[in-house]
Amino acid sequence: MNIPSLTIGRVREGLGKKEFSARELAEEALRHAAEENPKTNAYLHFSPERALAAAARVDEKLARGEDPGPLAGVPVAVKDVIVTRGVKTTCGSRLLAEYVPPYDATAVIRLEQAGGIIIGKTNCDEFAMGSSNENSAFGPVRNPVDPERVPGGSSGGSAAAVAQGTAVVALGSDTGGSVRQPASFCGVVGVTPTYGRVSRYGLVAFASSLDHIGPFSRTVRDSAVLLRAIAGRDPLDSTSAAAPVPDYAGLMDGGVKGLRVGVPREYLKDLASETAGLIERGIEALRGQGCEIKEISLPSTDYSVACYYIIATAEASSNLARYDGVRYTGRSANSETLSEMYRNSRGEGFGLECKRRIMLGTYVLSHGYYDAYYLKAQKVRALIARDFAAAFEQVDAIVGPVSPFPAFKLGEKIDDPLEMYLSDIYTLTGSLAGIPCMSVPCGRTAQGLPVGMQIMTNHFDEGRMFRLAAAVEGGVPPVTPGAAQPLP
Amino acid sequence: MSSIFAGLAQPDVIARYEPVIGLEVHVQLATATKIFCSCPTSFGAPPNTNVCPVCLGLPGALPVLSRHSVELAVKAALALNCAIRPKSRFARKNYFYPDLPKGYQISQYDEPLAEHGWVEIAVEGAVKRIGITRVHMEDDAGKSIHDGFRDSDRYSYVDLNRCGTPLIEIVTEPDIRSSEEAYAFLTELKQVLQFIDVSTCDMEKGHLRCDANVSVRRWNAERFGTKAEVKNLNSFRFLKQALDYEIARQVAVVEGGGAVEQETRLFNPDTGETAGMRSKEHAHDYRYFPEPDLVPLRISERWLGEIRAALPELPARKRERFLRDYGLREYDVQVLTATHAVAEYFEKVAAVSGDPRASANWVIGDLMGLLKAAGKEIADSPVSAENLGELLALIARGEISGKLAKEILPKMFASGEPAAGIIEREGLRQISDSGALEKIVDQVLAASPKQVEQFRSGKTAVLGYLVGQVMKATRGQANPAAVNELFKQKLS
Ligand SMILES: [Zn+2]
Repeated sequence: MNIPSLTIGRVREGLGKKEFSARELAEEALRHAAEENPKTNAYLHFSPERALAAAARVDEKLARGEDPGPLAGVPVAVKDVIVTRGVKTTCGSRLLAEYVPPYDATAVIRLEQAGGIIIGKTNCDEFAMGSSNENSAFGPVRNPVDPERVPGGSSGGSAAAVAQGTAVVALGSDTGGSVRQPASFCGVVGVTPTYGRVSRYGLVAFASSLDHIGPFSRTVRDSAVLLRAIAGRDPLDSTSAAAPVPDYAGLMDGGVKGLRVGVPREYLKDLASETAGLIERGIEALRGQGCEIKEISLPSTDYSVACYYIIATAEASSNLARYDGVRYTGRSANSETLSEMYRNSRGEGFGLECKRRIMLGTYVLSHGYYDAYYLKAQKVRALIARDFAAAFEQVDAIVGPVSPFPAFKLGEKIDDPLEMYLSDIYTLTGSLAGIPCMSVPCGRTAQGLPVGMQIMTNHFDEGRMFRLAAAVEGGVPPVTPGAAQPLP
Repeated sequence: MSSIFAGLAQPDVIARYEPVIGLEVHVQLATATKIFCSCPTSFGAPPNTNVCPVCLGLPGALPVLSRHSVELAVKAALALNCAIRPKSRFARKNYFYPDLPKGYQISQYDEPLAEHGWVEIAVEGAVKRIGITRVHMEDDAGKSIHDGFRDSDRYSYVDLNRCGTPLIEIVTEPDIRSSEEAYAFLTELKQVLQFIDVSTCDMEKGHLRCDANVSVRRWNAERFGTKAEVKNLNSFRFLKQALDYEIARQVAVVEGGGAVEQETRLFNPDTGETAGMRSKEHAHDYRYFPEPDLVPLRISERWLGEIRAALPELPARKRERFLRDYGLREYDVQVLTATHAVAEYFEKVAAVSGDPRASANWVIGDLMGLLKAAGKEIADSPVSAENLGELLALIARGEISGKLAKEILPKMFASGEPAAGIIEREGLRQISDSGALEKIVDQVLAASPKQVEQFRSGKTAVLGYLVGQVMKATRGQANPAAVNELFKQKLS
């Protein structure tokens, strides 16, 4: 069996026709991923015991003639910020280097209930903070398209695993673009569902009011199937939504004729020409399939970077306080007093980007600064949400770029955190508004670097988002070469 | 100055100052499970066993607010005459401490559950209202254990069983003017909270913890003095002791021309003194911000109405009613309204017996004596309120004497039987039949010629002796009124 060519549908067919068993597929996927991993460093560790146990359950169900679930036998990679019982969950941080959680995230439980096979945990920026995956304590991830380049971040490992073809689908997490941007950089589909659509229980918090779990896949359909399997109300997450979960894959078909699609003028004004050209082409493809294209305005866009980095760092400074050396695995050995232990453990444990954000967040919440920063940022966030609400009165969806540029070289931007923050601008607005957003491949640059188009719809309107993504997927030549291509 | 003690002012000097006191009281809610997870709140489990990913603050775990915690907090706030916010919000209070595994406490800050309440206390015979600024909900931290281990000189141990226990914090206005008032306030507060089953308020188990903000100013001064926060007031006695000490200390500072420092001071029960904590230990900037893991708490009118309707009559109202409707003495009312269980018991006895005053006497005297000796609470009394009421009704109807009843009650207490069964079995029913009594009366008259003589010569007091003889002969079963009547007939 050719792992990189698999889709969820192809796995289902293969199991149904008894071309392979779930166990055979899991073993082959584990072998293939381990063999390919040195090229990208996409995986931090593998979970063979868990994978084979899950595969055995699928095979038993098949043998009994029961429905093994929509993800039966599908090899899945899970970002290492999502907790897995009995399998190390490091968050890309030295502080959790040996941490083995005693419980499973709700998304992980649902994934396995649907028959999914978790083969390993993927590399990421430390505590999901970064846009290049260079902030991992366990080394950077290389982009399968060009190993000299970053895969994007923070879910770089999940994007690379899917692009490389070692997993059929993957789970990532997105706080300000951490699923969409690496999906764009690696040429795969990446989805950030509506805030509250997928339970955050078991997703190690970076910025709680912005954190999402979202799927990666090589086809739009596979993300739709994966999202449906993990979405829905969870009594363990107070912020999860009770709205019913539709059959997203079923909603994909039926075409986009007559859909009103908005293009925010703020998103194209400073865009590098090559990326702009590819996005234009994607928009033309939608127009060609009957969409009504409208220019719209999201006037608060310019404030989104400042707003995001205040709210996200403030929440992060609190969420990361628990890594204090008292519990978990990272405790500085040479400390005489309690406060020394705190300082040394955190000083030695956290990487530079985490420290930067903890300090920013601590500052904006400090006495006397709260109103000027945090409170004002919350007001701006409300304005951004209002921009989208107004836009969705005129259009059914909004499209634009994911990133101002394609994948850049390792080390190229690491010394300029501000430029890195500014490049998040197109993904941050949707995150702040809590609406569903995704990246779908829409061509490659002359150098062969993938560029993703971002599609955003109103809260809980993932169905229409998938339908438009399918139209882009089918309408933009050449279709993403995907992971089936040999690596350079 | 005038004090011979280390920096304490004398009473005559203190009298020139007005103390201004506000209290912050932490109360553990009487829920079976924790506020944000379903772990038990039970006391005394082995360390770190009543825990789960949520209350351990494990990475990825999320809090879910328990409905019962909210219900009890609302109940408390209503009983303290507060206005409940239709929408309140939780906030994170950030600080590092080893027994705080999340690195923050989930509390409420600028949008608390309830505000603007009051509690009435009696001050020198008059009623005084102490304002309640706010009532908010929060989770408790764990416990650091600094001694008792082999390596306690180098390490502290942490027990997280208490982590996530639901608390309410009750903050008063600076309306309290003496340690006596503070004592009265805390007494009333405790009684109210126990009455409505919101908390056991067991101070020994830390279910009720109190901090005080204290300042002093010259009488009629417009502005408050600088306040110090006094912590660790974990018994009623300590509260009074600590406040008296702190007031005398501050007055001495001001009288000495100094300025009271704004600081946190710890009460030391061994010395009875308060001492300033090193400023570093309390120079906290808690960096409050809204808790993003919880949605705003909305209390519907309907739910609020249900909770309000289910509130029992509160102690103050009950005291008024007992005084007015039952004609009881002030002291008896205090005892009978001490807890909901006692009040309920008494009212049932009074209803069954038809004699509230006798009921009060019997409950406070005989029954409570028996309970105390047996180490039992009234809720576990072997004598039900109905049975005690029946016993008192028998006295009222003249079927048994009070003296006999006092012998019967311990038997009821021992066996749990109603009075009727014991009376029947032991043949204790009162002899009212005049035929049977007349015979005994005649025998006594025949045996007491001297007393008969005395009576006839006007010393009517000997009647008591004669009746006593009859009672003795009948082992107390004779109806004393009937015996009296018979003697009077026969001797006239
Ligand atoms: Zn728990």
